[in-house]
Amino acid sequence: MPTDYAFPDSAAKTANAVEAPEFQTEKMSLSMGPSHPSTHGVLRLQMELDGEIVTQCDPVLGYLHRGDEKIAENMTYNQFVPYTDRLDYLAPLANNVAYACAVERLAKLEVPERCQAIRIVCSEMARVSAHLLGLGAYGIDVGAWAIFLYTFTEREKLYKLFEELTGARFTTSYTRIGGVARDVPEGWTDRVDAFCDQFLPILENILKLLTRNKIFIDRTQGVGVISKEEAIAYGLTGPNLRGSGVAFDLRKDRPYSGYERYEFDVAVGATGDCYDRYLVRGEEMRQSIRIIKQVLKNFPKGDWYAKDAVRIFAPRKEKVLTSMEELINNFMITTEGPQMPAGEVYFEAEVPKGALGFFIVSKGGGVPYRMKIRSPSFSNLSILPKVCQGNLVSDVVSILGSLDFVMGECDR
Amino acid sequence: MSASAPAAAASETDLLALLQGAFPAAATRPTGDHPAFKLPVADVPAALKLLRDQQGFDFLTDVTAVDWDVEASPRFSVVWHLHSTTHHGYVRIVADCLSDTEPSAPSVVGLWAGANWHERETFDLMGIRFTDHPDLRRILMWDGYPFHPLRKDFPLAGIETPLPDVEVSEITGATVKPAPMMGGPFVASTGEMNLTEAEPRAKDESWNERSEKPAAL
Repeated sequence: MPTDYAFPDSAAKTANAVEAPEFQTEKMSLSMGPSHPSTHGVLRLQMELDGEIVTQCDPVLGYLHRGDEKIAENMTYNQFVPYTDRLDYLAPLANNVAYACAVERLAKLEVPERCQAIRIVCSEMARVSAHLLGLGAYGIDVGAWAIFLYTFTEREKLYKLFEELTGARFTTSYTRIGGVARDVPEGWTDRVDAFCDQFLPILENILKLLTRNKIFIDRTQGVGVISKEEAIAYGLTGPNLRGSGVAFDLRKDRPYSGYERYEFDVAVGATGDCYDRYLVRGEEMRQSIRIIKQVLKNFPKGDWYAKDAVRIFAPRKEKVLTSMEELINNFMITTEGPQMPAGEVYFEAEVPKGALGFFIVSKGGGVPYRMKIRSPSFSNLSILPKVCQGNLVSDVVSILGSLDFVMGECDR
Repeated sequence: MSASAPAAAASETDLLALLQGAFPAAATRPTGDHPAFKLPVADVPAALKLLRDQQGFDFLTDVTAVDWDVEASPRFSVVWHLHSTTHHGYVRIVADCLSDTEPSAPSVVGLWAGANWHERETFDLMGIRFTDHPDLRRILMWDGYPFHPLRKDFPLAGIETPLPDVEVSEITGATVKPAPMMGGPFVASTGEMNLTEAEPRAKDESWNERSEKPAAL
């Protein structure tokens, strides 16, 4: 059967070659999702199949569209923090940090070292927890059921630590413009350190269950290959771009929040297939732990919010209750929002899924005039029509899992 | 494409000189961080190609648009953010759409395949038509949705619209209803007004306990 595209997968190639003329049938359309266990959320793929081979794939988005950008134009900067939890809801802390850094860029605020250190620990813990979930779910997608509960047990330990720090397990809303909601609790850093120590050997065990697993390798190696040029052209970021061999990591390339003070390596793949993207995520978890250990070793003392943020950052509760000026200040910040200068800024941070960007247009005052959220999952998914074509249906599951997207962030 | 890319990001003045050499109407634009330039909308694809091929801005980060208000003219600006995977600089290109009622901009899908979805989103939410786009459909809202929700004249609550599924709406008569805004978000108004008017309340009052549901735009 002549086709106008190449078969990237050898099994699909064989299936196409042995197809005898008497078995030629018409093409079939298949709708996968929006509620499907391996689409990891409300993604729908409208596919056209020739037998088992995908000839066309059209992703249908928007099932989780809540109009976050419209909402942002109608509320103050601090009020929007909880909405950032609901972008990539598997790593809310990392989103909180990215958003706070973006608004601070607009306000020209420098946060003290302790605040930066807290934010880095939060971001990296969020990265580990997001990758743990991604890995566990990916294992289930391709038939390696064993690892899911191992990763979930570790993730649960992280969520306990998040709960202790922020008061919430899932929707943390931890950062504020110019600081964080509260200082780290007593003994928390020691418990994070203890978690890291016990986590590393477990991580190695988890990865051992996959890295040389014959079934896992068969399902992932050589499947869903994305070349360097394609990855850049489609705007892929995060582990998906690095899996294709582009050493692009905003923590390294455009350090923010003090990442330049810590040593870590950027994991890069060689061929850009599903297996490489898995390997990159595995290595990223090791590097995240490495960063956390370094931060905790010299955990800075001092303030955890910027002193010049008095017009932005809500004063401490006991001050509000006892001092007139702070009470007025608190009232103004709550009602009118933190007063920001006019201007346009674009800030991207490296969140677990890739580069999460906020483009803020401010006309001054407490409410953004326009806020565009550049979500990594949206760009990462845009390559699906290209990468799914010519693969078997079962490989689509493998590709989806390896792209590790979150629809909350994609649809906003 | 990155073969001739410079090792470091060029300064704003260098980039301006380069752009003005090819497009005399290019000008800088006030910015809070990265170099930003204003260009006539028709020149944008050529300018982005120039930046990509000569200055190493090989990564299209984002395409979006801003609505500068219902009465403003030019009302819509399209914004492109470029990044470099080699020298890690950013640059922002802004172009005003010529028409306030039928805004359009040239598509850059030919330069970056990833622009496809960004332009579809901008069309969907802001109503900018990208000429020469291979497949300009809505992406986040459903096909046949009549409005562009990120425009400033679209109320936060939403507007009553037919269901995407015609068969269901014919039988049941159900529609997509705007949300009641009684729950906030609350923002205080400033300026010369009495306290009652200045009191914090939902900014978008197109439908609340006191005013009628909005009619279609």
